[in-house]
Amino acid sequence: MQFDQLLQYLLSGLSTGAIYALIGIGFSIIYNATGIINFAQGEFVMLGGMVTLLFLETGKLPLWAAIPCAVAVSTASGMLFERLAIRPLRQPTPINLVIITIGGSILIRGLAMLLWGKDTHAIPPFSGEEPLAVGGATILPQHLWILGVTLLIIAANKYYFYHTISGKAMRACAYNRRAAGLVGIDVRRMVLFSFIISSAMGSVAGIIVAPLTMTAYDVGIMLGLKGFCAAIIGGMSSGGATVVGGLVLGILESLGAGLISSGYKDAIAFIILLLLLFIRPQGLFGKAQSERV
Amino acid sequence: MNRDLIKFLAFAALILTMPLALHGGYLMNVLVFVGIHTMLAIGLNLLLGYAGQISLGHAGFFGLGAYLSGILTATYGWNPWLAMPLAAAVVGGLAFLIGFPILKLKGHYLAMATLGMGIIMYITFNETIGLTGGPSGLSGIPAIAIGTLTFDSDQKNFYLIWTFTLGMILLTLNLANSRIGRALRAVHDSEVAAQVLGINARLLKVQIFALSAVISSIAGSLYAHTMTFISPASFGFNFSVELLTMVVIGGLGSIYGSFLGAALLTLLPEFLRAAQDYDIIIYGALLMVMVKYLPGGLVRGVPGLFRKLMKKRGARHA
Repeated sequence: MQFDQLLQYLLSGLSTGAIYALIGIGFSIIYNATGIINFAQGEFVMLGGMVTLLFLETGKLPLWAAIPCAVAVSTASGMLFERLAIRPLRQPTPINLVIITIGGSILIRGLAMLLWGKDTHAIPPFSGEEPLAVGGATILPQHLWILGVTLLIIAANKYYFYHTISGKAMRACAYNRRAAGLVGIDVRRMVLFSFIISSAMGSVAGIIVAPLTMTAYDVGIMLGLKGFCAAIIGGMSSGGATVVGGLVLGILESLGAGLISSGYKDAIAFIILLLLLFIRPQGLFGKAQSERV
Repeated sequence: MNRDLIKFLAFAALILTMPLALHGGYLMNVLVFVGIHTMLAIGLNLLLGYAGQISLGHAGFFGLGAYLSGILTATYGWNPWLAMPLAAAVVGGLAFLIGFPILKLKGHYLAMATLGMGIIMYITFNETIGLTGGPSGLSGIPAIAIGTLTFDSDQKNFYLIWTFTLGMILLTLNLANSRIGRALRAVHDSEVAAQVLGINARLLKVQIFALSAVISSIAGSLYAHTMTFISPASFGFNFSVELLTMVVIGGLGSIYGSFLGAALLTLLPEFLRAAQDYDIIIYGALLMVMVKYLPGGLVRGVPGLFRKLMKKRGARHA
C-alpha cells in the first residue's frame, strides 16, 4: 500500500476520532458525576446538527449565529432531560436508568423524525470546500475546523475541571458523592451541570461533523455508541485517555474501512468495544479496581 | 391440581377459543404475531426479570434463528423440523460461549456490550449477501408441515405458534417455581449473597442467557416459516428495544405480564394505523412513564396503584 493512501486514512481517521472523543468525554462526565451511562448522549449530537439546520433554513440566520443558538437549544434539552427523566426517578437502579435513558433517546429521536422527516440534510462547510494538500494526501478545511474546535473544547474542559470552583466540586463528586455532599457541595446541582456540559459538548460535536457526513434524525445512535466506545477505551476518564481512545477508534475504523471492507466499518467499533469490555473493562490505561460489596 | 396449573389451563382455553370468536380474518394474523412476541418477551424476561441481567441484543438471537432456519430450508432444502432444533442448538451454543465473558459485566456495561453484540449480528445479516440475501432479504422459505398438513394459513399458523407459545409458558412457569427459579431470584437480589449460599451464580446466569437465546431462536425459526420471507430490518436495535418495552410494560419477572406486554405492543400499532413509523415515539414515552410511575409493570403496578387509591380514600373517610 502506498504511503499517500495510508496518510489519507490516518488524516480522515483523526478527524472522525476527534468527534468520537468529544462524545466520549460527554459520556464520561455524566458517568463520573452520577454513575449513569446516558444512552441518550448520541441524541444531543444529532440535535446539534439538526437544530443548526433549523436556524439556518427556517430562521434564516447566518451560520455563525445559528451555531450558538443550536448549542443553546440542545443544552437546554439536556437540562430538561435531567430534570424530567433522571431526577424524579424513584428507584434509580442501573436497569431502570438504562431503560429510562433508552426511552428518552427513542423519544427524542422520534420527535426529531416528526419534526424534520427521514431525509438526510447537509450543513454548509464553515469555510469553503477547497481541499488542501498535505504531503500527498488531501484534507478539507472542515477537517481542520474539527481538530481545532476539539482541541479548544478539551482545553476549556481541562481549565474548568482544574481551575474553577464548580469544576473542582464536580471532580469531588466523581471521587465520592457522599463525601462531596458532606463538605457542602450541592450534588444534585453538580449532576445537572454534568448533563449541561455533556449535552453542550455533544451538540458541538454534532455541528462540526455535520458538513462532512450529513445529518439525519437517526445519526445519534451510531455516533453515541462510538463515543461510548472511545470512553471505554479511555477507561471513562474525562480527559486525555478518552481523547486517545477516540483517536485510536477513528483511525482503526478508517483503516478498516479502507483496507478490509466499508460494509463492516461500523462492526469494527463494536468488536473493539466487546473485546475491551471482555478483557480490559477498566480501559486501556486504567488499573483494575476491586469491587466493594 | 394446584392454582398455577388451573390459571394456566384457563389462560390456554381463553387463547385457543379466540379463533371461534374472530372467524378468521386479519386479526388472526395479528394474533400469530402476539404469539411470537410473547415467546420472545418471555425469553428476555427470564434473563431480565428473573436473573436481573439486561440484554439489548436479543433481536440478534431472534434473527440468527430465523436466518439459520431460512437458509437451511430455502437454500439447502432441509426439513423445517430438522432446521429448527439445529438453529436453536447453534444459537444456544453461541450464547453460552458469549455468555461467560459478557455476563461478567454488570448494569450499564452489560447493556452496552449486549447492544454491541446485537449490532454486530445485524451488520452480519446485512453484509453476508451470498448467504442471507443482504438488505433485500431472503425469500422462498417453506411453511412448516406435519405429514400432509401444511401450516400455510393464518388459522393454521395460529394453532402452530400458540402450541409452541403455551408450551413455553408452561415450561417457564415450572422453571420459575423450581429450585432454579429461586436461585435466579437470589442472584437478582444479591449475587454475592447467592454465591455465599452455594449458588454458582456465574454458571447460572450463563445458562439462563443461553436458554433465553434458545427461546428467541425458536421464535425466530417459527417467524421465518410463517412469514416465508425475512430481511435484516426486522432484527435491528429498534426491535431489541421493542422487546425490552414489552417486558417492562408487562412487568419484570411476570410470565403473564410478558404476554400482556407483547399483546399490547403488537395490537397498539394496529389500532394506530395513522401513526405508522411514529409508534417508536410511543415506545419511548411508554418506557419512561412505566419506569417512573409503574416500575412493577402493569401486572403488579396496577393492583398496587388501586390499593394505594383505596387507602387514600379510606383515610379520607376515617
